[in-house]
Amino acid sequence: MGRVVTVDGNEAAASVAFRTNEVIAIYPITPSSPMGELSDEWSAKGRTNIFGTIPEVVEMQSEAGAAGALHGALQGGAMATSFTASQGLLLKIPNMYKIAGELLPSVIHVAARTLATHALSIFGDHSDVMATRATGWALLSSASVQEAHDMALVAQSATLESRIPFLHFFDGFRTSHEVGKIDELSDDDIRAMIDEELVAAHRIRRLNPDAPVIRGTAQNPDVFFQAREACNLYYDAVPDLVQSTMDRFAELTGRRYRLFDYVGAPDAERVVIMMGSGIGATEEAVQALVDRGEKVGLVKVRLYRPFSAEALIAALPASTRSIAVLDRTKEPGALGEPLYQDVITAISEQTAAGNVAWDGFPRIIGGRYGLSSKEFTPSMVAAIFAELGKESPKVHFTVGIVDDVTHLSLDVTEELNTEPDDVVRAVFFGLGADGTVGANKNSVKIIGENTDLYAQGHFVYDSKKSGAITVSHLRFGPRPINSTYEITKASFVACHQFNFLEKMAVLEVADQGATFLLNSPYSADEVWDKVPLETQQAIIDKNITFYVVDGVKVARDVGLGGRINTVLQTCFFNLAGILPPDQAIAEIKEAIQKSYGKFGQTVLDRNFAAVDASIAALEKVAVPATASSSFVRPPTVPETAPDFVQRVTAMMIAGKGNLLPVSALPVDGTFSTGTTKFEKRSIAQDIPIWDPDICIDCAKCALVCPHAAIRMKVYDPAFLDGAPDTFLSKDFKSREMPGNVLTIQVAPDDCTGCGVCVDVCPAKSKEEVKHKSINMMPKLDHLEVEQANFDFFLSLPEPDRTEVRLDTVKGSQMAEPLFEFSGACSGCGETPYIKLMTQMFGDRVTIANATGCSSIYGGNLPTTPYSTNADGRGPSWANSLFEDNAEFGLGLRLAQDQSVQDAKVLVGRFSSDLGDELAEGLLAGVTDTDEVGLAAQRDRIAHAKKILGDIDSVEARRLIAGIDTLAHKSVWIVGGDGWAYDIGFGGLDHVFASGRNVNILVLDTEVYSNTGGQASKATPRGAVAKFAAGGKATGKKDLGMIAQAYGNVYVAQIAIGANNTQTVKAFAEAEAYPGTSLIIAYSQCIAHGIDMETGMSHQKEAVESGYWPLFRFDPTAEAEGRHSFHLDSRAPKITFKDFAMQEARYAMLARTKPEHADALFAIAQDDIDNRWHLYEQLADLDRQVPEEEEEVGP
Amino acid sequence: MSVDLTTKYLGLDLAHPIVPSASPMTGNLASLRQLEAAGASAVVLWSLFEEQIVHDEEQALALAEFHSDSFGEAVGGYFPTLQDYNTGPGEYLKLIRDAKEHLEIPVIASLNGTSIGGWLRYGKLMEEAGADALELNVYLIPTDPETTGAEVERQYLDLVMALKESITIPLAVKVGPFFSSIPNMATRLIDAGADGLVLFNRFYQPDIDLDALEVTPNLRLSHSDDLRLPLRWTAILKGRVLGSMAVTSGVHTAQDVIKLLLAGADVTMMASALLRNGPGVLTDALEGLRAWLEENEYESVRQMKGSMSQSASPDPAAFERGNYMKTLVTYARPGV
Repeated sequence: MGRVVTVDGNEAAASVAFRTNEVIAIYPITPSSPMGELSDEWSAKGRTNIFGTIPEVVEMQSEAGAAGALHGALQGGAMATSFTASQGLLLKIPNMYKIAGELLPSVIHVAARTLATHALSIFGDHSDVMATRATGWALLSSASVQEAHDMALVAQSATLESRIPFLHFFDGFRTSHEVGKIDELSDDDIRAMIDEELVAAHRIRRLNPDAPVIRGTAQNPDVFFQAREACNLYYDAVPDLVQSTMDRFAELTGRRYRLFDYVGAPDAERVVIMMGSGIGATEEAVQALVDRGEKVGLVKVRLYRPFSAEALIAALPASTRSIAVLDRTKEPGALGEPLYQDVITAISEQTAAGNVAWDGFPRIIGGRYGLSSKEFTPSMVAAIFAELGKESPKVHFTVGIVDDVTHLSLDVTEELNTEPDDVVRAVFFGLGADGTVGANKNSVKIIGENTDLYAQGHFVYDSKKSGAITVSHLRFGPRPINSTYEITKASFVACHQFNFLEKMAVLEVADQGATFLLNSPYSADEVWDKVPLETQQAIIDKNITFYVVDGVKVARDVGLGGRINTVLQTCFFNLAGILPPDQAIAEIKEAIQKSYGKFGQTVLDRNFAAVDASIAALEKVAVPATASSSFVRPPTVPETAPDFVQRVTAMMIAGKGNLLPVSALPVDGTFSTGTTKFEKRSIAQDIPIWDPDICIDCAKCALVCPHAAIRMKVYDPAFLDGAPDTFLSKDFKSREMPGNVLTIQVAPDDCTGCGVCVDVCPAKSKEEVKHKSINMMPKLDHLEVEQANFDFFLSLPEPDRTEVRLDTVKGSQMAEPLFEFSGACSGCGETPYIKLMTQMFGDRVTIANATGCSSIYGGNLPTTPYSTNADGRGPSWANSLFEDNAEFGLGLRLAQDQSVQDAKVLVGRFSSDLGDELAEGLLAGVTDTDEVGLAAQRDRIAHAKKILGDIDSVEARRLIAGIDTLAHKSVWIVGGDGWAYDIGFGGLDHVFASGRNVNILVLDTEVYSNTGGQASKATPRGAVAKFAAGGKATGKKDLGMIAQAYGNVYVAQIAIGANNTQTVKAFAEAEAYPGTSLIIAYSQCIAHGIDMETGMSHQKEAVESGYWPLFRFDPTAEAEGRHSFHLDSRAPKITFKDFAMQEARYAMLARTKPEHADALFAIAQDDIDNRWHLYEQLADLDRQVPEEEEEVGP
Repeated sequence: MSVDLTTKYLGLDLAHPIVPSASPMTGNLASLRQLEAAGASAVVLWSLFEEQIVHDEEQALALAEFHSDSFGEAVGGYFPTLQDYNTGPGEYLKLIRDAKEHLEIPVIASLNGTSIGGWLRYGKLMEEAGADALELNVYLIPTDPETTGAEVERQYLDLVMALKESITIPLAVKVGPFFSSIPNMATRLIDAGADGLVLFNRFYQPDIDLDALEVTPNLRLSHSDDLRLPLRWTAILKGRVLGSMAVTSGVHTAQDVIKLLLAGADVTMMASALLRNGPGVLTDALEGLRAWLEENEYESVRQMKGSMSQSASPDPAAFERGNYMKTLVTYARPGV
């Protein structure tokens, strides 16, 4: 037997996969990425599998690539596996057919996740797994962390014996990320389940020139069909074989599984059939209902494919009268969801064959639940059983939502509380950055691994990347915990951030008599008046015992800075009383030793000191009898917000999105833009304050602000009438725009406090050099004043775009940003480029956005940052997928061009109505791309629309619908390096080759930033990243040179912090170039391990070292007598090492593997020198690109 | 008969009194071997910095926790978990072990810090790794007007006592010249347990970049002229303070070495000269010392050591003189 460990579902599955395989082909995708990351780390550390070798872990360019490598490895006779989810699984499907068709034994472990339809969702359901039903893979389901461990081995064992490949799946997040206490399978356990003879048989079947065979032939109508049927016996054998595997497993471990496991009343009449993590909630409900005498039961589906009708019938009690089949997926248009249909088919076939014990045919209904990790609770299960007991239940239903449109949803009327009293239920509210979740994971480990108690940790994450809120749900109890739903009645609630009380109802989850721990800068005597009225009332109404601790002070005093996690964790143990106090302290210290020991003694000593100081700092608050606070929680959104924002968006912001009914939401995923401005997050501690006296009007602060929270306006001083007294301005020094004043203004509630603006400000005080023209100051000292100032600032007029040089740094920053206040990381290196692009062309741009960071901060609900100008114009934005973004953008271009054709034809047709001058003007103005021409064309269009509006004809209405396209529109294709260098490269390359007028912006962070920093082909040599834990051994792909090789693609490599002017120029040139343009933009990222505040000045060093040379390749240059390739940066003047050692991704390798780092860094320096040498030669090349024939188009 | 160049420093018998002091030159085995080949009689390894150790620990932890458990898609943070962050003295201890294994000469480890803390345990680890002696390098810049000179001095003494408690090998203390009374401080350091003193440490000094208006701290390499300061204090301390005395700062040539020995140094230490011109400088200085002793018919280094100290010098007041003044001529002695 193995030992007891506390792990999450991903680790539970990966642990078996790693130990039973030789080749592991991976690609990052949430929520399965940790399985690949762990495998890569284990491999880098030299861990071996049960065969004694270190598995080869290879990251591919996409999941399709990983599937191809998997297929090849299997044909090559290796034990091979892969991990994936969602769209990644879809990309594997073509190869899955092949692998199954060739009877190659393998397991893919899937953290089941929602497929993108009307929207993307990273959360869990079975829509991805269900899409693979036809591939011929066996589908084996796990419902808990322990099962994810056990079934991983059952699948691996059964695939070898059956030769049928297995897809082993468990629910994304609910299981993949749940931390639980499990019995670990030892290597010996695994060896006992993996038959070496079968491994050898697999090896013998490999492609081998010593005994050659051919596979993958092309077959014709004469034999294909028969050959396809030839595998039937293998499939027929699977159910029995899996059962016998499970039986062997039970003998070995004591944990018994069946293909279909039944629990509940032996004489149940109403039965639920389902699979996945929802089983936990259902089993609890069934037990509660049986306890009160109801005849109900649950069939847990383990082996879903091949589906054994006989085994299902055997599992169902003979007394069954009605069945509800639950599917965690949606198949629009189908008679029912897949499991429902399979159950009906199975029962009808078995009934027809006379294999059932019951009289008549049971009533079978089917329901959907839990899409995208929607909560699924015992109360919902009670509603399902109640429905089953009705005379005429809904045959098709949903549960967990309110469907007020098609009325399919069940009313959840009864609150079924199945949580036993002896289970401690604790909920913690924290910030992503404050270590709350990490400490809670530690607590689960402490209790799980050092006591007889069982422990469960479930964590809810925010989708914002700055100021992200986390909620931890922890349970501790004497029996295994299968409550697979969030805590609603907590016996302990901790709020680790004082200001959350004003943002959310943290005590809503508190049970009567709960304990509340608040991290508070105020003492027990002072705190009562500092909390909102609602919080006071909840404390009184629920008879809550209230404690405070000044975690920040304790942490600071012991030298831990803002790391409050150890303090709060200690207080939790002290108050929760799960362990005797002395033991708790000892266990926490041991856990600290384990977690932090590798970092060094100082870190350890400080944490130990924090533990010792915490209890003394913990204070009980005397709760008055009545609530008396002078303030309440402010409204979520301002009253001036649009109706939809008030009704719908505000609910989502307040964390009450679950309450929104179906009718509240759009039918096709379409939303208005520009809603971030209604979500005042106010997360900064310090904000930049402007001192006009030393400002030199350079606009750099506004240019680099990642959140458009520093704005610049130049305007006639007459507009200052009515300005608040505190509103600042200064004379604007400009020959082109004399007599104007300038204001630099912070949006105080939208600033994230990154400090990048201050870092780049070049204006320093003569009297006190540290004082710049813009300085970080405590927000609370300035908030009210700056709020009023910002409101007034917004009322100032925007500049006339025809009079501003938008292709200059200063001019571009006078323009209104149409991308503001995104949820990107504080100091993000990507967003300044997007903001700049919207300032320059936002009123005419359609954006195709690849999945990744930019699609999350660009399009993640509740609020989105792309916004509109006073005319209602602004970026129109869509995300298709990760892999297809270039193609998607090209499609937008094609549609645009085609629409222009149509509008031109129709303008011709209506020329007499429009008048010749207007019609000709409209046709001629199509090619106008400058601000003056564009404004004139928009006027013509507005005029034409008025005329056309009076004409009652279909064609006139069609022209009105399409006539806007006659004013120039540009398409920007935006994405990260993971898309451009890896998964989307094929399509990107094809778009290069198309020569069509699209602009491509690659935000190059040199890693997969959104999924946590996995290596891409943009990752340079020597950098440590996930999937490259030993430092990336190969060099960065030179995407710019690949595009440049076409000759007719405009290419610019830019770094906004190193050369503002070149960046602005590149955007202007790319937009103006009538063919395909590519901009590769250096984007610092938290994954680089740098101080993000100085990210922009750090870019200078990236350029000075030659690490990131700046260049532009302009195909039109030769015609103007210039060389087409122009180097915009100088020869390297500092070494790669000087640059690299300032970034943790490089420095880490030097620290952990100094010799390896030296070797890689030396080659990395060669990379730089060679590339520079190449670029220098290119800069001297004459190159004439032939004019292409003009495309049919505008 | 050849001259006896041997000297005793911290109880260690050295072949001669020229030793490379802590610098990047003594930070890796390859250059240590070059220094030994060039004739060094002992080496002081580069310093392990308290500040660096603590900073590295903090950074390694911060990095591991950086944005981890914050976002649903990047729960595990942004960096792979590494097994060994080398934040502690591992690399340094390895250098000691390697040096002990490959060098014949004594190896003196160097520890650099300002406050009592967990890092002091590294002294014990250095001893266990084989260091023959330990040099504690202290450099305190008091900026708080409330801090008294006595408090600063107390901090030095506490550090020495704390370190001395944990080790059994000899301890030298390297200090700066900024005490109101160097002889008093030197005496108290020896009383606190130091086996010797190293005069004086050289650290980064601030400069101002006039283009960027930034403070740019850096290390200026010494010149022979810099010798004057330690020369004075060596001569004054010799005979007044027990314990060994090593001198560094401005030792570039044989002449520098000779002057210091005459003033009373047991050992002279080189860094800037080695960094600037390589290990050959040490060989030259050693040969120069030997030649001078032979030429002037000294039998041994021991014989010359301190022969020009303040107390042995014909003009002791010269070591105290701070300003130019006319020679004080004595015209008459008090009558009897």
